[in-house]
Amino acid sequence: MFGLAAKDTTLFLVVIGLVIFAPFILNPFPEGSAMAQFNAGYPDLMQRFVIFGILAIGFNILFGLTGYLSFGHAAFLGVGSYAAIWSLKLFTLNVIPAILFAIIVGGVFAWAIGKISLRRSGIYFSILTLAFAQMSFAMAYSVLTPITGGETGLQIKNTDNPLIGGPTDGSIGRANLFGAEMGNSFELGIGNWVFTFNLGYYIAAFAMIVAFYLSIRIFRSPFGIMLRAVKSNQNRMNYTGLTPKVYTLYAFVISGMYAGLAGGLMVAMDTQVGPERMFWTASGEIVIMTILGGAGTLIGPVLGAGSIKYMENILSKINKDVLHQWFAMLPDGLEDVVVEFAYIFVGKQWHFTLGIVFMLVVIFLPGGLVEGAQRVSARFGRKKKTTDTTDNSASTSAE
Amino acid sequence: MDQIIVQILNGLDKGSAYALIALGLTLIFGTLGVVNFAHGALFMMGAFCAVVTSKILSSSHKVVDETRTDFLGNPLEVDVFYMQDWFGEAAGAAIMDWAVPLAILVSIPVMILIGFVMERGLIKHFYKRPHADQILVTFGLAIVMGEVIKYYFGANPIQTPAPEALSGRVDFGVWLGYGPNAIVYPMWRLVYFFFSASIIAAVFAFLQFTTFGMVVRAGMADRETVGLLGIDIDKRFTFMFGLAAAVAGIAGVMYAPIVSPAYTMGMDWLVLSFVVVVVGGMGSLPGAVLAGFVLGIIESFASMPGVVNLLPGINQIIIYVVAIAILLIRPRGLMGRKGVMED
Repeated sequence: MFGLAAKDTTLFLVVIGLVIFAPFILNPFPEGSAMAQFNAGYPDLMQRFVIFGILAIGFNILFGLTGYLSFGHAAFLGVGSYAAIWSLKLFTLNVIPAILFAIIVGGVFAWAIGKISLRRSGIYFSILTLAFAQMSFAMAYSVLTPITGGETGLQIKNTDNPLIGGPTDGSIGRANLFGAEMGNSFELGIGNWVFTFNLGYYIAAFAMIVAFYLSIRIFRSPFGIMLRAVKSNQNRMNYTGLTPKVYTLYAFVISGMYAGLAGGLMVAMDTQVGPERMFWTASGEIVIMTILGGAGTLIGPVLGAGSIKYMENILSKINKDVLHQWFAMLPDGLEDVVVEFAYIFVGKQWHFTLGIVFMLVVIFLPGGLVEGAQRVSARFGRKKKTTDTTDNSASTSAE
Repeated sequence: MDQIIVQILNGLDKGSAYALIALGLTLIFGTLGVVNFAHGALFMMGAFCAVVTSKILSSSHKVVDETRTDFLGNPLEVDVFYMQDWFGEAAGAAIMDWAVPLAILVSIPVMILIGFVMERGLIKHFYKRPHADQILVTFGLAIVMGEVIKYYFGANPIQTPAPEALSGRVDFGVWLGYGPNAIVYPMWRLVYFFFSASIIAAVFAFLQFTTFGMVVRAGMADRETVGLLGIDIDKRFTFMFGLAAAVAGIAGVMYAPIVSPAYTMGMDWLVLSFVVVVVGGMGSLPGAVLAGFVLGIIESFASMPGVVNLLPGINQIIIYVVAIAILLIRPRGLMGRKGVMED
């Protein structure tokens, strides 16, 4: 189906299902219960899941297939965002042109940077992309203030007068899809549960499904095989008369377009943009997402993006009061000790947990969560059929 | 002319920080072949050694002072510093005042220990793995180190003043034959420059003139052969990692009075120091030092008011522009050997 092999079709359908029913799946706990804070089914967070999913899928096309580690992908996200907000401000408040602009600008920008950065490889490539991204950040922050709004960033103002269909009564315009605003939600109450279906989320989700489909096609295409060849042996590629640089540049531009799309969607959901979106630690976050989920796998980056955004939003909300509630059944002295210890990992320090998890994944699970899942299923699922190789990999993981 | 001298001075002092961090990075890269993204975090750790030392030295206890009373007539409680208890009034105050230079003594063993633990515990397992993995795992480590610091010291920068005697300003112009007040420069920044110059000289002398340094240099050139000669090169390389960590650490200690240490420091300096290393040529120690000073001076010239008026914001991007230009024109960097990492 969809021109995909059977296995990929299943995966694709599963992803579609997960994305469509996310408001149900991510809201397993009834409203008002103690566990309700683990619910992630509110529009703002769900939008972030899919948008960062797109970003990670795009990054994976570059890093997962070619092995070129770019530390500057936040720059494309940033320029996509700026392009989208200018489209909303000047052209029309409809999000579709804004998103298209974001993709195009992201791609063009990636082409320019890729053209230069890809003249080097390995660590030099990483540093070059890092330098370019930091440069873009500094430019957005100060030099290009008339275009980027500098430190304060940009948002839609009531003085903006888009060419097509801006508000006439002097109110602040809102991003919309043919008149339907992004914030429109339909709330469904079943018993104690409240499920929110948000238009903005479904637009972003649709974009992610398309992005995911394209990424499967790229992975399975001859082009994808070329990218893998770039990773495994460029010399051999040269000898067979192929130019690795061309394929890498295409991959770079495609991943830049994905990042631009993500940037455009971010602006469509929440009509503001600031330069901090381009700071190099933001690029680092994209890298972490992809690695955590499993670089080079189809579903990995989406999982990685989801789990990091989940940690960021849920883990960071757990404060000492919440911890005291959880461990209330312990004796007083012990409770304080346990809470103090647990507090190191949550709340404002959630990055600590992130760093440790990330290091553990890099050290023990180079294939990320996906490889972890495969190892677990190899161990328990088909125990009788395990071959020597899976045994070896399983035992190294235990070390 | 005096403007130019001021800018060169400014550049030298920022450049010495770049050079010291880049020197440590290059030591690690040249000996172990590891790309250490946690090196900025080591610099930060050094700065926080200064914070901790000054906190410990100025710890105090409350004593009831019978001679002074508050407005109700009760005797007043005053803080008495332990240092003054133990060493007398004047000597104790001097010790507290000199906390930052004294922190060097604390930081060297601490940083060497951190370096040893890092190399034996983590980096050792990454020699055979691709550079991308090394970048990733040390990047994760940098996040963790930053968060640990944030947990204990909070997110706000902590002021760490230089000793009173070294925190004034010097009339630098008089030394060069200008009139008084022509070139006035903060004393501590000069101290920092001379300090880092001597550290750099010491590291080079160590590598050049000791047997240990000779073996390490031989190991940098050809690890296997040195190993075959029956020399335990791994042990020496571990020591080099500790040394690099210590260099980053004392660079951080002495820099603490110039920028108040904060947990973001590591990440802020990391990118710049990598750019410096790449411009200098990966694996080249003189290149790292040269590039550090050159980029520092270029940056300070770019931040002159006239230049900034002409090209706003140029001071923030000039380093990257220079780095990109150099990488494209001369990919191996200013003093890099041909073939190192040039795949």
